Amino acid sequence: MKTNVIELVGLTKRYGSFTAVDHLNLTIGKGEVFGLLGPNGAGKSTTILMLLGLTEPTEGSVEVCGIRSTSHPIEVKRKVGYLPEDVGFYDDLTGLENLIYMARLNSIPAQTAKEKALRLLERVGLQNETNKKTGKYSRGMRQRLGLAEVLVKSPEIIILDEPTSGIDPAGVREFMDLIRRLSKEEGITVLFSSHHLHQVQQVCDRVGLFVKGSLIAEGNIHQLSQKLFSGDFLTIKAKTAVEQPSLQADFQKLKGVHAVRLQDGTYFIECTEDVTAVIAETAVKSGAGLKYLQKTEYGLDDIYNRYFS
Amino acid sequence: MKKIFHDLLNGKKGQNRSRNGVIHPFRVIVRKEMSDHMHSWRFIIMVAIIALTCFGSLYTSLSNFSNAVKPNDPEGAFFFLKLFTLSDGTLPSFMVFISFLGPLLGISLGFDAINTEHNRGTLSRVMAQPIHRDYLLNAKFVAALAVISILFFALGFLVVGLGLIIIGIPPTAGEFLRITAFLLISIFYVAFWLNLSILFSVLFRQAATSALASIAVWLFFTVFYSMIVNLIAKAIVPPETASMRYMIGYQNFILNLLRVAPSNLFSDAGTTLLMPAVRSLGPLSMEQVQGAIPSPLPLGQSLMIVWPQLTGLIAATTVCFGLSYFSFMKREIRSR
Repeated sequence: MKTNVIELVGLTKRYGSFTAVDHLNLTIGKGEVFGLLGPNGAGKSTTILMLLGLTEPTEGSVEVCGIRSTSHPIEVKRKVGYLPEDVGFYDDLTGLENLIYMARLNSIPAQTAKEKALRLLERVGLQNETNKKTGKYSRGMRQRLGLAEVLVKSPEIIILDEPTSGIDPAGVREFMDLIRRLSKEEGITVLFSSHHLHQVQQVCDRVGLFVKGSLIAEGNIHQLSQKLFSGDFLTIKAKTAVEQPSLQADFQKLKGVHAVRLQDGTYFIECTEDVTAVIAETAVKSGAGLKYLQKTEYGLDDIYNRYFS
Repeated sequence: MKKIFHDLLNGKKGQNRSRNGVIHPFRVIVRKEMSDHMHSWRFIIMVAIIALTCFGSLYTSLSNFSNAVKPNDPEGAFFFLKLFTLSDGTLPSFMVFISFLGPLLGISLGFDAINTEHNRGTLSRVMAQPIHRDYLLNAKFVAALAVISILFFALGFLVVGLGLIIIGIPPTAGEFLRITAFLLISIFYVAFWLNLSILFSVLFRQAATSALASIAVWLFFTVFYSMIVNLIAKAIVPPETASMRYMIGYQNFILNLLRVAPSNLFSDAGTTLLMPAVRSLGPLSMEQVQGAIPSPLPLGQSLMIVWPQLTGLIAATTVCFGLSYFSFMKREIRSR
């Protein structure tokens, strides 16, 4: 049986009349990588702050490893590593010094702190920058140093708030691999907030979709899109080599096709099931030839458009 | 004092340090803050300015020294203290300098304590560590105060030492204690300004705003406050036919108004400690003075006179600290 390390019950945070987080119920099991997905201002960061006891919930309860964050934030912070969005360092200290400082705030003795810091810097790939002042670090390097710092206290849970914003694609991939490895090798529970669907898709076991302060769906990506878009039409875009007026009617006759629209030589075919193969066949058979065929997948854009408007 | 600092810095005391060399997180922050202060340019600049003025005032007092010591002076036995109060009119004395530059030193060490931490994005990182939230605030205060104390004692004793070499007469134990008490009061005085600027650094997100606000308060009290009190004094001046009791009440009222300004509290306290002949900080009636022997007061009596001033300074410091505490503890810590 899986044990729950994070349990949020009826969690609510109001700022005046504005409700940032609205009766949130969420449990995360040990060793899980959970993605909190949602647009900016959805209440992801506020939820994270309440998890750490950095702000007080208006209602509801937060338990991390069975400890209440509101009354015992110190014990919670001992177990949780937190990488804030847009992390900052003491610019006039080197990366190593920054790490050692944080380690010592966690009551790690000086000698151990140094060894540990060096090991972690190597792990996140900063072994050549240990003695460089963090003021001269690039964004990606800062993010990796941030991750090293989160790990320096040997946490049971790590919480990453938008860790990939502002890093180039290669850096993002590296960072994601690192997180994935950590969770697999050391059994660390990871809570990950992001507004990039494909990044969340890469690493997360489970995703919670967060819009306007409430969790509208949770599950793995597949379940999520099924849950959100069941009963919806799939759109297939097709472009033929030659214009052929009869083709629109042909497509219309296919089983499962709901509507066909022709726009600038591209067919937009709305269908209830995946008929991509049949469409290709029809187009080729008609002699019009096929130049381009695409099944539109529902991404975050669609989710945003649907739940945010 | 030195031992306290030593312990504070190195944590050598048995109970404070556990077996495996773990240093309490509070001490870790204090250490870092102290080293930050000492490496910062603004601190170096402030130290340079204060050291320069110290030696400038030492020079003026020494060049005027021979004229100052008169026979039958009730303070004759305390001429060593004149090093701190004497001036030839071209440069103010050591005490006046401290009352003027001390606030600047305090402000410069505190105005960006919390807001810079916030703007750099380090506040939420530090707050995510298993430490109590007030550690940061307390550590900032303790570190700055420790740096100020070390500086003031070093400068004060340097002046004493140089004076000793130049005039060749050692201070008596009483004088030494008075100088130490004066330095302690200066530290309390700077602590007030330090706390005021820490309060502003909690309240204002921009370091520049908080620096300006602190300097505005300082300017208000050094320049405008006495003018305003003068205006009030002129407006409510009693008629010449008023009774003695009324006149004394009026004088006391004006004095008390002036004492709202921390600089006034400090100069009252400093004067009393460094000029043992000062018997009262308020008006004295003829009856009270009659029969008094024109001799200096013992240290204990001088301390009794300045006790209210000292309490006032500590109270003002505590109020500022309490306010910043109140505003910081319940605050939501967002990144940037």
